[in-house]
Amino acid sequence: MHYIKCPWCGLRPESEFQYQGDATKKRPDDDAPIEAFTDYVYFRDNPKGRHTEFWHHTGGCRQYLVVERNTKTHEIASVRYAKPHEAKPHEAEPPKEGETS
Amino acid sequence: MSAQGSYRLGAGGAIDRAASVAFKFDGKALTGCKGDTLASALLANNVRLIGRSFKYHRPRGVMALGSMEPNGLVEVREGARREPNIPATTVELFDGLVAQSQNRFPSLRYDLMAVNQLASPFLSAGFYYKTFMWPASFWESVYEKAIRKAAGLGRAAGDPDPDGYDHVHMHTDVLVVGAGPTGLSAADAALSAGARVLVVDENAHVGGALAYEREDIDGAPASAFVDAATQRIDSHDNGDVLTRTTALGVYDHNLVVALERVSDHELTPGAGKPRQRLRLIRAKQIVLAAGALERPLTFANNDKPGVMLSSAVRGYVNRYAVAPGRRIAIVTTNDDGYRTARDLIDQNVEVSLIADARDHASAVSSEIEGRGVPVLRNTLPQKVLGGVETEGLALQTKDGAPVADHRCDTVAVAGGFNPCVHLTSHLGAAPYWREDLLAFVPDIDDKSLQTAGACRGVYDTRACLDDGAAAGVEAARRVGCDVVSRSKSSTVALDAANVFEGPGDGKKSFVDFQNDVTAADVRLSAQEGYEAVEHLKRYTTLGMATDQGKTSNINGLAVLAAARNVPIDVVGTTRFRPPYTPAAIGAYAGHHRGKEFQPIRRTAFHRCHEEESAVFVEAGQWLRPRFYPQGNEDVFAALKREAAAVRTSVGVCDVSTLGKIEIFGPDAAALLNKVYINAWSKLAVGKARYGVMLRDDGYMFDDGTTSRLAEDHFFLTCTTANAARVLAHLEHTSQVLYPDYDVNFVSATEQWCGLALAGPKSRALLADIVDGFDVSNENLPFMGIAETTIGGAPARIFRISFSGELAYEINVPWGWADHLWRKLRAAGEAYDLTPYGSEALAVLRIEKGHIAGPEIDGRTMASDAGLGGMMSKKKDFIGKRMALHRAETSGERPSLVGVKPVNTSERLRGGAHLVASREDGLKDSLGWVSSVTDSPNVGSWIGLGFLKGGMEQNGRTIYASYPLKDEFVEVELCNPCFVDPEGERLRG
Repeated sequence: MHYIKCPWCGLRPESEFQYQGDATKKRPDDDAPIEAFTDYVYFRDNPKGRHTEFWHHTGGCRQYLVVERNTKTHEIASVRYAKPHEAKPHEAEPPKEGETS
Repeated sequence: MSAQGSYRLGAGGAIDRAASVAFKFDGKALTGCKGDTLASALLANNVRLIGRSFKYHRPRGVMALGSMEPNGLVEVREGARREPNIPATTVELFDGLVAQSQNRFPSLRYDLMAVNQLASPFLSAGFYYKTFMWPASFWESVYEKAIRKAAGLGRAAGDPDPDGYDHVHMHTDVLVVGAGPTGLSAADAALSAGARVLVVDENAHVGGALAYEREDIDGAPASAFVDAATQRIDSHDNGDVLTRTTALGVYDHNLVVALERVSDHELTPGAGKPRQRLRLIRAKQIVLAAGALERPLTFANNDKPGVMLSSAVRGYVNRYAVAPGRRIAIVTTNDDGYRTARDLIDQNVEVSLIADARDHASAVSSEIEGRGVPVLRNTLPQKVLGGVETEGLALQTKDGAPVADHRCDTVAVAGGFNPCVHLTSHLGAAPYWREDLLAFVPDIDDKSLQTAGACRGVYDTRACLDDGAAAGVEAARRVGCDVVSRSKSSTVALDAANVFEGPGDGKKSFVDFQNDVTAADVRLSAQEGYEAVEHLKRYTTLGMATDQGKTSNINGLAVLAAARNVPIDVVGTTRFRPPYTPAAIGAYAGHHRGKEFQPIRRTAFHRCHEEESAVFVEAGQWLRPRFYPQGNEDVFAALKREAAAVRTSVGVCDVSTLGKIEIFGPDAAALLNKVYINAWSKLAVGKARYGVMLRDDGYMFDDGTTSRLAEDHFFLTCTTANAARVLAHLEHTSQVLYPDYDVNFVSATEQWCGLALAGPKSRALLADIVDGFDVSNENLPFMGIAETTIGGAPARIFRISFSGELAYEINVPWGWADHLWRKLRAAGEAYDLTPYGSEALAVLRIEKGHIAGPEIDGRTMASDAGLGGMMSKKKDFIGKRMALHRAETSGERPSLVGVKPVNTSERLRGGAHLVASREDGLKDSLGWVSSVTDSPNVGSWIGLGFLKGGMEQNGRTIYASYPLKDEFVEVELCNPCFVDPEGERLRG
């Protein structure tokens, strides 16, 4: 079970979060061609290795987080807010040796 | 010979001879000692046959010590507590223990099913795949019954588990798995360095393998070291040692799940105590000191009762003071067989022969030979002789020369050691082959997990102590303690013969004892093309039994390697998966069973409903009143009465479960414009509006009424089922899609409770209870809202209607629920106020043609539900682009219609298909019926449905086909709004 360092709440277990999928997909503008919407709604890559994902801290601060995670090793390289905040009490730091995430 | 078993030795052991323990096996009363396992007590009583095998019903006995035991499986306890397939070697003996042998008929010694052995050529690898190909109908009627009767192990209890299970979450700096010399040394070192340490061990005792050996450490018996180290760790503020606790699996980010058997060594759990406790341990560092498991050799009849692992024979003598036999022969490929011989001789148990696969002597072999034990070198076991039990041993030299048959009652087998790599395998690390150790060792380079001691191939006790200390210090350093790393111990090449199998065709040479897989099966699998190791596993079921291949896996790989004529490391290994040992499902469920499976949510009016004798229904986690029976009313009578009251007088319904979200901020209206298909910017303060949300794929997601309480404050309601999803959707929209929006949300579902007051007399009743507020149509018109008080309670009143009648929804803070209910009931007496439940609510909304869950099923577009006109053309909203595209491209879609039976006495059913003629089958389906009700106001069944062409077909007669009940009803298509289609009542 993953440990995710929420920038607001600190190190929390995966069970507090809901996975919300690929964070690299951007919703197209409303006048974009239908193909762009089809791609946005239906198509997702399934990379082995580094991936950028949304995790919603539903059991905590209710923030959408952007998590850089290795899908092969489950290592988490970084966690940040999807929506930039002014106050960042526990800004995510790179993990120290011996720590997970 | 003691009363506690004729095979009990006169002296020695870690048992308490003074404490006699009475138990039963297969109905026979026996006694053992405190400190025995069921296995040692049975052996002490000369019970060597304790079960029948899975496929061939071969006689089986105890082979090993501890959880690696593949053979000696029994049912333990009786009634609801009966548990099957428990290794007798893991059962601590207690007074009143009852155990049964398994898979035998009619009795253990005379098992009729043992004829399966004669049929064994037909039960070989892949036999299920080859034999029962056709006809398919035979599977259920013949094959399955026959197989289920013949194959299998113990019986499940069949009754609900009476015991409780706990979950405990733990955190530690360093978790040490295994309390043997390596683990204790690692824990000691990490603790001294300043780290917080937890040690877990599956056994009831500490010391690991040392508990079964006669060995000295620093000039004193090993037990002195074990006791002192354990005491030091356990009494330290930062140290804990948990015995009877098995690390079942290692998961992502250093989560170790361990099972603690709190009460399994007692007859029943003590009052208030759980049977088992699942410990979810989050460790910064893990030291795996899991030891090594001795492996058997593969030769004919090596599964017979009396054939045991060499280390196990030694362990029974040393720890339990039990002689596994009177005349013991030892077959070995290394020095371990001689260590067993030494301990047996010292306890005056006869060692009749040692057959060594090696061609040379070693220090210990010379010593034992010098003590008068006959040793045959270059000799392999060929076959165990005897009937049900072991009576002798046939041998051959390595060159195939015959050796005289040897008479003995026990064969101790030493085939080398397999480091216990299971937990590293859980992390995906494949082990690699070490030719110098003749073993797979872990290949893991992890910054938070180390292996130490025998589980990485370090076998010498002194070296294990050093290796453990080095790992403990390193773990402490990695968690930030100020210590200097030490060097790990080196592995020492094993003086062993590279032998896994004796001579012969392998048809009775068992590799996987628990699943009855032989060497011949493995060769057949390879011959038939299933030579990849993962294919071999599935084809033969090698390593797939409850013991997870602890004794069988490597021997199977060796046979496969020989059959393919490749080195064993080319064959590779299969992955071990959690759990390391079987665990009760109850342990994983913990408290989450029965009523505690999930929380029960009750609305603030729950007690009021109970007083009104409501019958409740589960709506997700909520309990809602379904109907309020009067006298002997059934549900149909009650719902008709309740629904009629709403149409003619006034009714009250608890709507507290609706999702409620407060929305604040200058961009609140802009956000609503994005999530709803209709426009919100111009909604006046003090007004409510119905809104529809779509998903990004253009289908309907949810609907509800949202009100504007202030310029920058809205109050959103959504369906009960979608409350959590809608909140998440709003957060996604504001944080991810439009992060520049200045808007915030808070769920208010459990802050505001709500009642719907509906019916022609609702206004008069409302006027009686509000604190002087003008509720006239002018002051509080349809879709108007008011913030006022009711008997002092702050109240929000929304003039909205789900029933189609003049209606109000009254919200008060959760704590005012009782107050509001009583005030309404008191004032309502003059109006014949009738509480109505979810059944009547459904009747009213279907009569009115309002869509709900059965209509918004994830495949419905707003235009399908007749709401296409709400979609704003002036703004973008979520789902707009896909909805428009789908509407353009998907042709004629089924859309909302009303249906009623032509013959008004006929019943409609939800889920029925709509077809054009009686001759049409379901492939000609034009649509379906989604919701139905027996309408008291229409006077017949009515329904909502979706039909190709929709309301253009109004007035046409078609058929509702329900093949599940063979029903065919002629229906007329009509306006889905059956009551007051002009909406005069709700606006009046």
